[in-house]
Amino acid sequence: MTAVQTGTTQAAAAPTLLDRMNSVTRLGLAVLASLPILITLDWVSALTMLCCQFGIFVACRVPLPLLARRTAPLLLVAPIGAVSMALYGRPGGEIHFQWWLVTISDRSLLLAVAVFLRILVLGSSAVILIGGADPTRMADGLAQILRLPARLVLGTLAGVRMVGLFAEDWRTMALARRARGIGDIGRLRRFFTMAFALLVFAIRRGTKLATAMEARGFGSERERTWARPSRLGRADLFGLLVTLAAGALSIGMALWAGTFWLVLWDAT
Amino acid sequence: MITASGWGWRYAGRPDWAVRGVDFTVEDGERVLLLGASGAGKSTVLAALTGVLGGADEGTEEGRLLIDGKHPTRVRGRVGLVMQDPESQVVLAKVGDDVAFGCENMGLPRQEIWPRVHRALDAVGLRVPLDQPTGALSGGQKQRLAIAAALAMHGSTAESAGPGILCLDEPTANLDPAGIVEVRDAIGRVVADRTTTLLVVEHRVDVWADLVDRIIVLGTDGILADGPVAQVLAEQATELLAAGVWVPGVPHPLSPRPVHASARPLLWTEDLTTGYQASRPVGRHLEVSIPKGLSTVITGPNGAGKSTLALTLAGLLRPLAGRVRVAPGLQPEPRQRGRRSSRTLDPADPHTWTSRHLLTRIGTVFQQPEHQFVERQVREELAVGLRALDWPQPQIDRRVAELLETLHLTGLATANPFTLSGGEQRRLSVGTVLATSPALIVLDEPTFGQDRNTWTDLVQLVLQILAEGRTIISVTHDPAYLEVLAENRLVVTATP
Repeated sequence: MTAVQTGTTQAAAAPTLLDRMNSVTRLGLAVLASLPILITLDWVSALTMLCCQFGIFVACRVPLPLLARRTAPLLLVAPIGAVSMALYGRPGGEIHFQWWLVTISDRSLLLAVAVFLRILVLGSSAVILIGGADPTRMADGLAQILRLPARLVLGTLAGVRMVGLFAEDWRTMALARRARGIGDIGRLRRFFTMAFALLVFAIRRGTKLATAMEARGFGSERERTWARPSRLGRADLFGLLVTLAAGALSIGMALWAGTFWLVLWDAT
Repeated sequence: MITASGWGWRYAGRPDWAVRGVDFTVEDGERVLLLGASGAGKSTVLAALTGVLGGADEGTEEGRLLIDGKHPTRVRGRVGLVMQDPESQVVLAKVGDDVAFGCENMGLPRQEIWPRVHRALDAVGLRVPLDQPTGALSGGQKQRLAIAAALAMHGSTAESAGPGILCLDEPTANLDPAGIVEVRDAIGRVVADRTTTLLVVEHRVDVWADLVDRIIVLGTDGILADGPVAQVLAEQATELLAAGVWVPGVPHPLSPRPVHASARPLLWTEDLTTGYQASRPVGRHLEVSIPKGLSTVITGPNGAGKSTLALTLAGLLRPLAGRVRVAPGLQPEPRQRGRRSSRTLDPADPHTWTSRHLLTRIGTVFQQPEHQFVERQVREELAVGLRALDWPQPQIDRRVAELLETLHLTGLATANPFTLSGGEQRRLSVGTVLATSPALIVLDEPTFGQDRNTWTDLVQLVLQILAEGRTIISVTHDPAYLEVLAENRLVVTATP
């Protein structure tokens, strides 16, 4: 008999000041923060908003490593948008380079910078504000504050919890394909057999979960109560004011710098 | 009081009745074990009592099944249901929220919910913080959570008042021995004051024999037997054994084989660290050795990394540190087979082998057979590995026919693997690995959820594989399996 020792390690995330807000507020603020960026096309407003956002996140004690890890993928996406804007954006001002459909001009370069910044602003507010919210709290808020139907909200919540199980299934199935001698070639076919099996697992698990939920009185005619109250408080009001201020500042800066450019305008 | 008279249920779209002609009465506070062959409709009876069978569009009901004279759907909250799979019964992400879920659905005011949550968790002895993530619970804890969730709802409204009823559908089939004891003890506490009625379906009678008063045996046409535990077990032993029930006092028919000591190692590890991610190692500094031609079992508590170790030994998971080494006889030719490969081949390290190299050397049977099925017919499923080895068709046909015979699956050759029963799926998954005759076969929890018949079939198959001179590694919790196959034992223990 041989005895073998093993161990596990785990880390937990500390709460940030953002967590004092209701999850629904976080969702709403992410939308609100994106408005001044969506209706304008200049670089000053976007840069101001980006600086404000990161300043606020840091002030709210969002850990820097987390901020970096969450927003890093955006640095891959943003250049793609920027490059295509530089190459194909509507030309204007001095033209630097021209070849077939590609025209690089002052105007298209300006657009490229603005689009690059916009993707960072929209993406980072979404991943930090919405991505960091607790799904259960979000569901509580959606049902209690926005009055969305409880069946829809809780059904979705319970389903989302199963995604983790599917990720595990997928990993195991990939190992199983290697063990069965079909791991070297035929990537596409392998994908389809795994997708089919995953569907079978999903339906089976979903059916069992639905039974378990029904056995616990879910989906009856009765008016449901909520064990966790979802309310709006001072933190939410504060969050709203800060976001409005940041939005006003970004547009104000653009007007002051003379770069303000509304989407519908055909400025040159 | 539960009364069934001439009760039956047929699922919509099925020609046969799932259960029919059922007559019984269960008094308040009685504890009943429901037995019968698979497909006898035990789970259907429990689902009906819980009121989750659905309405007329889900099936047809005949006769009556009533709780204190009312249809089960009208006493919601009084009957709790706990099913086999711990994973698919957890609804919410935190322990407290999950128990509160049922109370919320019953429309209880908030200030009444949380005291109920605490009482219910106390009753099942689950003393963890309310904000503990449910994903971090063990299987036994998850099942106790499901029981607590059912208890918390009971008596919350006028319709759910009256003595509570707990329906348990194979609640311990997927648990390790520690989890089985946890759940059994929790139920013992809950029913101790004789106010809660208990109905249990389970193949392992010994777990529940001391706790229940009465056994009802369900057959294809109604009740086969109904009476005190000892009497039914004595009178119905033959029928129960045929139905796959583990009747206490009747040992399984298999015995360990005589083992020659001092076998040479086929595979060993050198300061191995296992895990899925480098940031979260599961097993550290492992030094294990697998003797050739013997059956090695890996045991230890849940979460200690038994499966991770087995999958690493099988060349499927990359060691996070240290090495897995394979004896020269099992190593592939050092040259590459002309295929582009992302990893450089080290013949002594199975993780660097190609998928084809593994086929004839190390086979792995996964815990859930469905994870490894890739074809639409049983026959095709068995041929997958042989095709990957480029065997000619006539030879494949011969080998597949031979395997179907060994696995008792000849009649199901054209069936879809996903539609087989649990025992058949398990045999097929062993067969797919057996097809290419690997020298080492790794089995992950091969007897999980098997009844006595499918268990015996499977262990017999493993003994047969050993008799051919192959080496077996099994991850298992099953004491009966250990009795027969623990020729060499590795105990994995978790460290904090």
